[in-house]
Amino acid sequence: MSYIKPKVTHPAIAKNELGFTRRDYEGSISTLCAGCGHDSISAALIQACYELDLPPHRIAKISGIGCSSKTPTYFLGASHGFNSVHGRMPSVVTGANIANKDLVYIGVSGDGDTASIGFGQFSHIVRRRLNMLYMVENNGVYGLTKGQFSATADFGSASKGGVPNPFDQIDLIQMALQLGATYVARGFSGDKKQLVPLIKGALSHPGFAMIDCISPCVTFNNHEGSTRSYEYVREHDVPVVTADYVPYAKTIRVDYEPGTGTQVKMHDGSVLNLHKLDEDYDPYDRKKAINYLLDCQEQGKIATGMLYVNPDVTDFHDIMKTVDEPLSSLNYDRLNPGVEALESINASFR
Amino acid sequence: MKRSDIRDPDYIQKVVDCQHACPAHTNVPEYIRLIAAERYSDAYMLNWHSNVFPGVLGRTCDRPCEPACRRGRVEEKPVAICRLKRVAADNKGDIGQRMPEIPKKKNGKRIALIGAGPASLAVARDLMPLGYDIELYERERRGGGFMRVQIPSFRLPAEVLDEEVDQILNMGVKTHFGTEITSLAALLEEGFDAIFIGTGAPRGNWLDVAGAEAVADNVHVGIDWLSSVHFGHTEKVGKRVVVIGGGNTAMDCCRTARRLGGEEVTITVRSGFEEMKASEWEKEDAMAEGIPFLNYHQPLEYLSENGKLVGMKFQKVRAEYDDNGRRKLIATDEVPVTVACDDVLVAIGQSNAFPWIERDIGIDFDDRDMPIVDELTHQSSLPNVFFGGDAAFGPKNIITAVAHGHAAAISIDLHCSSQDIRERPVKGVNLISQKMGLHDWSYSNAYDGLQRRIVPQVELKAALSSMSLEVEKGFDAEQAYEEARRCLNCDVQTVFTEKLCIECDACVDICPTDCITFIEDAPEELLRQSLMAPSTNLAQDLFVSSEVKTGRVMVKDEDVCLHCGLCAERCPTSAWDMQKSILKLPQAGGICRT
Ligand SMILES: Cc1cc2nc3c(=O)[nH]c(=O)nc-3n(C[C@H](O)[C@H](O)[C@H](O)COP(=O)(O)OP(=O)(O)OC[C@H]3O[C@@H](n4cnc5c(N)ncnc54)[C@H](O)[C@@H]3O)c2cc1C
Ligand SMILES: Cc1ncc(C[n+]2csc(CCOP(=O)(O)OP(=O)(O)O)c2C)c(N)n1
Ligand code: SF4
Ligand code: SF4
Ligand code: SF4
Ligand SMILES: [Mg+2]
Repeated sequence: MSYIKPKVTHPAIAKNELGFTRRDYEGSISTLCAGCGHDSISAALIQACYELDLPPHRIAKISGIGCSSKTPTYFLGASHGFNSVHGRMPSVVTGANIANKDLVYIGVSGDGDTASIGFGQFSHIVRRRLNMLYMVENNGVYGLTKGQFSATADFGSASKGGVPNPFDQIDLIQMALQLGATYVARGFSGDKKQLVPLIKGALSHPGFAMIDCISPCVTFNNHEGSTRSYEYVREHDVPVVTADYVPYAKTIRVDYEPGTGTQVKMHDGSVLNLHKLDEDYDPYDRKKAINYLLDCQEQGKIATGMLYVNPDVTDFHDIMKTVDEPLSSLNYDRLNPGVEALESINASFR
Repeated sequence: MKRSDIRDPDYIQKVVDCQHACPAHTNVPEYIRLIAAERYSDAYMLNWHSNVFPGVLGRTCDRPCEPACRRGRVEEKPVAICRLKRVAADNKGDIGQRMPEIPKKKNGKRIALIGAGPASLAVARDLMPLGYDIELYERERRGGGFMRVQIPSFRLPAEVLDEEVDQILNMGVKTHFGTEITSLAALLEEGFDAIFIGTGAPRGNWLDVAGAEAVADNVHVGIDWLSSVHFGHTEKVGKRVVVIGGGNTAMDCCRTARRLGGEEVTITVRSGFEEMKASEWEKEDAMAEGIPFLNYHQPLEYLSENGKLVGMKFQKVRAEYDDNGRRKLIATDEVPVTVACDDVLVAIGQSNAFPWIERDIGIDFDDRDMPIVDELTHQSSLPNVFFGGDAAFGPKNIITAVAHGHAAAISIDLHCSSQDIRERPVKGVNLISQKMGLHDWSYSNAYDGLQRRIVPQVELKAALSSMSLEVEKGFDAEQAYEEARRCLNCDVQTVFTEKLCIECDACVDICPTDCITFIEDAPEELLRQSLMAPSTNLAQDLFVSSEVKTGRVMVKDEDVCLHCGLCAERCPTSAWDMQKSILKLPQAGGICRT
């Protein structure tokens, strides 16, 4: 059994603008079950951060409880991390983001962590438009507690013991759309080609970005009758809109040729190239998106890809009209303007 | 691209770089593991089986395995394969019992071997256990060939050589020492079933520049001088010595001169330092003994005063390369350089000479006056006469001579049993899973980041004061263990079973060196450009699976696989397994006869 992944790399491994290799974005070796989809999501996050040239010390990864929520240990070893309590990732991100809005926030959660115990927290963080990537590693079960159905498991899908799920599922994508999320995508851990650009777009999106990533639990939910197994997802996956992320630096170079699809200009100048695989689909229309997803659900299809994006966003700090600098960088005098200032505020209410 | 067959010995052997590069195909990773386990006798015997002279080679081998070693592609230095071999030889127990049994009843076939160098001795070693009657003819009084009379004993102690030569002679070889063969025709008359010629490349080249006649007493052909030192005919050399030549013979000449009274010993070469033929480590050892190298020095003239050598004059040159990359040495405008000296040792190569082979007995020679010898079978144009070692294709090294010996022994054995000698015995491979538990392997799979260990040497002063004190002390058990851990176990193969793969990407994600890619099939050239990491080493194969469920193929670039087993550990379905490959390589009487 190996407890470390050797530091040695391919001798010709590439480096990004910061001089880091992809390996520099890794964490310690995973202790999850071999073949767990969550590990592939970690690898996709590593790839995306590497490709975006993000300085690791400017990233904060925050999670709840679950196998999925354990994963931040396995990527971005040089970044800030907070493994919080079950279902409470959103409050911790909120606090951190209020204190320092300049960090890149990656919230990692599971379907249990989000759709059961953390459901309330989830809806409020969407409402509050926190600037973050909210990654749900969705396997349809509580993996860490040995495979009970979660609230996202499909009605009628079979547990490992063969018992069908008697309850309706919660579709977190539809929830997020309903609650006003401005970047909503569904990925599959087994398709990094699709997932990495989605993550890159989400990290560049200046508001709340949510990725519901189907991530098979090889140990408790990869059997026949499961609707979250590698095989089932591959058979029922309908990519709707593929995204292709083009960083700002590349868009200003002459060699950049926009493809056939439509482009979403991101706030940092980068471009998300969207390519519709279903002509009827409109990733800019929230209502239509919700309807489309309902249809898919009825037909037993799993719609994946860039499902909805609205680049004109307001985030929590815009709404709250906070000062430009991160609060964490303000000195004591500015954070605490003193008794006189308080008096004058109080006076204004009299 | 074509699917790979991991059960094909030709595929496997390329993955085990060191074994593939070794002319005698020594199973390096296996013996390294045995050394780590302190099973020195086992390690020795494994070596002995392939290379016949582990103790000698553990000190003197040209080590073609090391530049090939995968570790050297992953980090700077390869595994110290050669010096680990010495550890096995130095620490082995009594191996007398393990020597092959020699049949009392002979098979009725008589073989003559000419020359008792490593090539002939390897033939004897392979054929004696098969019941052949072997007569060995050697001009000198003892066996070993150049290993004895050329390689100085500060690099190779006589006891080490004696032991390994005697292991073979004691099998019952009939030796005729002090017997020079002066006519092959006469020997053919004696009715041998086969004759093997392993007489080496005994003639040292002479440097014929102006002034040579006047100073003949103080200008020596390197190899003649070394053997004369060996036999005790030469015990002293002048204080100032110039050695001309850049090969290993030159290194032995200069180091020997340092021990015989040479205080200012200088090496001069025509080429640049980098292009010198001597191995890196031989150059290092010479430099460590205070020997300067003058490169780009082309000899012009021997200088003498009153009939006595006083120096050597050189023209400085520079290298220029034409469009075909061919080097030309062009004289510079600088005035010639004079290096004062009392003796000159000329070590600018050796040639073959076969004055004792009559040209009308059916052995064809080419226009360079070399016998025409088949590279596979070592047979000459006279069907029962075989050549090997330096005598076959010009001067090489010990391990090549041994490999020739093996090949010739197979031919001789086939020839003597009236079989087609071109129908060579086939290679085989066994694959054995190393899985012990869920994530446990029966080999040490963890990558150890340790740098190459340095072999300790005796103090310089002591070294220079003796011809026979061995300079290298060899690794101790601890160092050997550490060095052994650097080996990547390239013989433990990553075996992939397509139908078990669920394409979860776990192997792709965990692989430290980005070897694995799942990808749409394409021609090799295209695939090589589209993998996880650049695949530029064309000498290394791509391992291509047949289609997995999504219709893609798994492509693994063998180039820098660490054989760490992480892919197999992270695979939920055991689609990857780590399996030790044991190559069955033909040897006379081995697979050859079964
Ligand atoms: C100075 C020097 C240092 C070297 N160092 C190394 C080293 O460190 N490592 C390495 O791998 N290689 C080294 N080599 C090369 C190596 O010694 C040879 O490549 C190797 O010994 C060749 O083996 P062989 O069996 O072909 O012949 P040899 O070892 O040359 O043996 C030939 C034998 O045939 C005998 N013989 C020749 N003609 C007749 C005849 N007519 N009748 C009877 N007997 C005859 C000779 O006396 C000799 O004993 C070195 C060579 C030299 C010159
Ligand atoms: C407050 C609280 N309640 C219950 C638990 C037990 N618990 C641990 S993980 C988990 C479910 C995790 O499921 P999910 O978020 O889907 O993660 P997965 O393991 O499937 O990735 C539960 C219920 C807990 N740790 N804390
Ligand atoms: S139990 Fe399931 S979710 Fe948890 S690590 Fe194992 S495979 Fe992954
Ligand atoms: S790492 Fe070991 S097995 Fe691999 S080539 Fe080097 S010595 Fe041989
Ligand atoms: S053994 Fe597997 S994980 Fe290790 S380097 Fe080779 S392919 Fe990669
Ligand atoms: Mg879950």
